[in-house]
Amino acid sequence: MAGKIRVVVAKPGLDGHDRGAKIIARALRDAGMEVIYTGLHQTPEQIVETAIQEDADAVGISILSGAHMTLVPRILELLRGEGAEDVLVLVGGTIPTGDVAELKELGVAEVFTPGAPTSQIVEYLQARVAI
Amino acid sequence: MGDIAPDLLPISYLPFEGHPVRAQPVVSCRGESGRLLLVAATDEPRATERQGELFSTISGVEVEPVSTPETVEIDYDRELGEPGEFPFTRGVYPSMYRGRLWTMRQFAGFGTAEETNERFRYLLEHGQTGLSTAFDMPTLMGYDSDHPRSLGEVGREGVAIDSLEDMETLFAGIPLGEVSTSMTINSPAAILLAFYACVGEEQGVARDRLRGTIQTDILKEYIAQKEYIFPPEPSMRLVTDMVEFCATEMPLWHPISISGYHIREAGSTAAQELAFTLADGFTYVEWALERGLDVDAFAPRLSFFFNAHLDFFEEIAKYRAARRIWAHVMRDRYGAKDPRSWLMRFHTQTAGVSLTAQQPEVNIVRTALEALAAVLGGTQSLHTNSFDEALALPTEDAVRIALRTQQVIAHETGVANAVDPLGGSYHVEALTNELERQAYDYFDQIERLGGVVAAIKDNFFQKEIAEASFRYQSEVEAEQRIVVGVNRYQLADEQELEILKIDPALERKQIDRVQSLRARRDSRAVESALARLKEDAARDDRNLMPQIVDAARVYVTMGEMCDVFREVWGTWRETPVF
Repeated sequence: MAGKIRVVVAKPGLDGHDRGAKIIARALRDAGMEVIYTGLHQTPEQIVETAIQEDADAVGISILSGAHMTLVPRILELLRGEGAEDVLVLVGGTIPTGDVAELKELGVAEVFTPGAPTSQIVEYLQARVAI
Repeated sequence: MGDIAPDLLPISYLPFEGHPVRAQPVVSCRGESGRLLLVAATDEPRATERQGELFSTISGVEVEPVSTPETVEIDYDRELGEPGEFPFTRGVYPSMYRGRLWTMRQFAGFGTAEETNERFRYLLEHGQTGLSTAFDMPTLMGYDSDHPRSLGEVGREGVAIDSLEDMETLFAGIPLGEVSTSMTINSPAAILLAFYACVGEEQGVARDRLRGTIQTDILKEYIAQKEYIFPPEPSMRLVTDMVEFCATEMPLWHPISISGYHIREAGSTAAQELAFTLADGFTYVEWALERGLDVDAFAPRLSFFFNAHLDFFEEIAKYRAARRIWAHVMRDRYGAKDPRSWLMRFHTQTAGVSLTAQQPEVNIVRTALEALAAVLGGTQSLHTNSFDEALALPTEDAVRIALRTQQVIAHETGVANAVDPLGGSYHVEALTNELERQAYDYFDQIERLGGVVAAIKDNFFQKEIAEASFRYQSEVEAEQRIVVGVNRYQLADEQELEILKIDPALERKQIDRVQSLRARRDSRAVESALARLKEDAARDDRNLMPQIVDAARVYVTMGEMCDVFREVWGTWRETPVF
C-alpha cells in the first residue's frame, strides 16, 4: 500500500448518475492509485467518514444533480471539523462556471467539468499529492 | 421485510429456441473473450484526417465498407413484412407519418409545481402536442421536500411533488381529458399515478378517459439509473399491481414505459440498450402472467422508450430490430393473439450523454441528427434535447430551438412522406440483423444467470455497462473517436452561455408548502389511510393501487407513503462495481 495515492471517489446526494464516477475510479486505479468508490446516495457525513477511515489523500466528488452548492461546502466543513483539511477535495460534474470559482474559494482544490480527459485528472493528482 | 411469496416470483426464463437463425455474414469479429475485435484493414486507403480513427460503430460493431446482396440475407416476408404487418420491422402502422406525425413531447420540470405549470403552458402554446413531466431527485427517491436528505435538491432536476395538492397546481388550467401526459417516475410511480387520477377526478375526467404514460420501469433503475428505493421483489409486485389496475381501470393509460434510454446514458452500447430493455420487458410480462392476467389484456398497453445516439445507422437498426424481436417473442413465446400485443410502440429521446459542454451550439446539430435517426427508425414520440443541457437545465429559448428542430424534420425535410425509407438498404438490414443477433446472445446469457432480477443481484448488467462506457472513454482519449470541440477542433476562447438558474428560494417555498399542508389536512383520515396502506403492503394478495388512491385523496404525502413501504419492505443497496 505504501507509495500509492489513496483516493475516495464519492457520489453525494440523491443523484444516480454514476457513469462519470465509475470511469474516473477505474482510470485512477489503472494509473496505480488505491481507489475506494463509495457507491451511490451518500450523505456528506458518510463520505467524510469514509475519507477518514481510508486515510485518503484525496476525495473526488461526482455530482450532476445541481445540489453541489449545498453538499460540497458541507463536506468541506465536516473535513475541517475532523482536522482533515489536508485531504485534497476535487469536484467533477455539471458545475456552472460561476459556481466553480465559489467552490474553489471555499477550499475545493480543482473542479473538472464535462469533457475533461481522465488523463488530466490522473496527472493533477500525481502532481498534487506528495507521497 | 418479509420474503416475497414464491407465487410472486417470475416464471423461469424459457430458452429462446424459437428465434430465427439465419445465415449470418460476419460483420464483426469476436475474440476469445467474446468481445468485439476492432480489425483495421491495413491495405485500405484512408484519408489523412481519419488516421487512427475507428471505423466501427460507436458501440464497437465493425462496419462493412460496402454491403451487397452477398453480405446480407433479406427474407422480406419473414423478417421485414409490410409496414403495419408482422413482424413490424418496417414500422407499426401502414401509413406511419403520412397518417399522423410523431408526438413532439418535450420533457419539462423544475422548481415547484407553479414554475412547471407555466413551462407546460408555454410548450402547449408553441405547438407541442403532449406533456412530459420531469420530477426532482427527492420525488424520484420517495422523500418529501422537507426531508433532511432532500436538502439542496428540491426542484433542481425536475419539479418537486409532495402531495395531491402539488399535482393540482401542476396541471391547473390544463384539461386532462384533452392532453396526453407522460410522467418520468419509477419507484414511487404508483403514488404519482394515483395523484394524477385524483386530479382527473376533480376536473370531472373519469379514469378510463385519461391518456398518458408513466415510466414505472424499476428494473432499469437497478441496472442503470439507480433511483431505486425498495428491493427488486416488492418493487416488481408494485409494478404488477399497476399493470393490473390499469388493465381494468385505466385502459387508455400506459402503465410502464420500458426504458433503454437510461441504460444507454449510463454508457451502454446500442446492443446492450436493446437487449437489456427487451429482457426487462419480458420480465414484466412474466410477472403479469404469473399474476393471472391474460397477455392480451395488458400487453397492448406496454410501451417503450429508447435513446437516439449519434451513430446514425446503428440507431435506426436498433429500433427496427427491437420491433422485430418484440413481435416474435410476444407471439411465439408468450402466445399473444391480439396483434396490438405484438406491436412495439416507443418514445425516443436524443442522447444527453452525447452533448458537449464545449461549443454547446454544436449540440443543436448533434440533436438534429439523432432526432432524424429516431424518425427514420419509426418512433411514435420524440424529445429533442436542448443545446445547453450539458451545462444545466435548459432555458426557454434553448427548448424552443429543440422543438423547432423536430418541426423542421417533420415539415421541411420530406422524410415523413415515405414509410421506412431505409428498408431494404443492404447496410441497414445487415446492421439490423447484427443487433438482433447480439440481443439474442444477451437473452441467453441473462437466462443462464436465472433471469433479470437474478442478473441484477449478480451485478451482471452494471458490469457490462461499466465496461462499455470505459472502453468508449478510452477510445475518445486515444483519439480513436473524434468528438468535435472536445478532442479536435477546439476553441481557445469559449463564450460563456446564459444558463437557467434555479432560485434557491424555491426550496424554502416548497418546504413551507408541504408543512402547511400537513398542518391543514384531516390528520385522523391520514392516520387511518396510512394504517390501511401498511396492512396491504404486508400482504402480497392485495393490489395496493386502490389504497394508494384513497390515501392520495386525503392528502397523505408521497414521502409518508414511501416511508410505510420502506418500513414493510426495507430498502435496496447495490454493491458498487467499476
